[in-house]
Amino acid sequence: MAGLAPIAEADRNAAGTAALSELEKRLLDEYQHGFPLSPRPYRDIARQIDSDETTVIAALDRLTRAGLISRVGAVVTPHKAGWSTLAAMAVPPRRLEQVADLVSSYPEVNHNYEREHRLNLWFVVTGTDVLHVRSVLKAIEARSGLAVLDLPLVEAYRLDLGFPLQWD
Amino acid sequence: MGLNATDLRLIAAIQDGLPLDPRPYARVAEATGLSEREVISRLGRLAEVGVIRRFGVVVHHHELGYRANAMVVWDVPDAEIGEAGRRLAGLPFVSLCYRRPRHLPDWPYNLFCMIHGRDRGAVEALVEEASAAAGLSGRPRDLLFSRKRFKQRGARYAPSAPKLRKAG
Repeated sequence: MAGLAPIAEADRNAAGTAALSELEKRLLDEYQHGFPLSPRPYRDIARQIDSDETTVIAALDRLTRAGLISRVGAVVTPHKAGWSTLAAMAVPPRRLEQVADLVSSYPEVNHNYEREHRLNLWFVVTGTDVLHVRSVLKAIEARSGLAVLDLPLVEAYRLDLGFPLQWD
Repeated sequence: MGLNATDLRLIAAIQDGLPLDPRPYARVAEATGLSEREVISRLGRLAEVGVIRRFGVVVHHHELGYRANAMVVWDVPDAEIGEAGRRLAGLPFVSLCYRRPRHLPDWPYNLFCMIHGRDRGAVEALVEEASAAAGLSGRPRDLLFSRKRFKQRGARYAPSAPKLRKAG
């Protein structure tokens, strides 16, 4: 998936949230959890919010294309299926783009951000098991010539439970 | 927790999102060789046992107007971290809260959370509020604002996912 293209597009449009319809806001507010597990889930959502199946599908498609949602799907609890870690690198600024591209090129990397710190590149690596994840970190170290800090989850106090949105 | 190869295949099949098709689970069934009914019942079971943390719309905070986000980290004595983590986790604006290992001398912090806000000032104010609420006001702390997003998408639990037909 191209990932960055729709995000850039949304930024250019600066559509923000002002252009959202009431239907779209309700989809964003009310369906971060409890998406119906039924044969026609979009029809069932439509019934709950006084719409119709085609409109609901079209709205979700638009929200996805605009980059406001990443997907309709499952958020998996860390370490219940496979293994993941948070990794950090201190990359010399002039090499940041190059090293970030190297990191992003791995399908095992799902999030990759520049952050304001001496450790300036932070990314999440997810794989089938701990050895798989460590092999990706080792490969990134070898190819970049830079150390990678491996900071796996020790205990979760709060997992991704969705995000309460506040409309202006 | 009884996670088997079929469950992993199913999770892999939906990692880029559920198809925006009137019968999304039937499309997933075609891609995985299961029946529609089995896809639905397995996803329900994975949610019930906690492998799937939530099932629904996954939003992009930045595009929804939450332009600033910081990874906030503290160095907390090991004996106090559980209490501090649970207090942070109870705050509505803390979206994730984890304990991770320190990595001395590069990285002295062991408590991590994510805070999103409309702008930098809003995030900074929330961090002060969080520190006070969790009894962390005097503790060493750092805020790592995100600067550039290189990659953001759902985690991938298998090397390659079967391609799903999109509604079109």
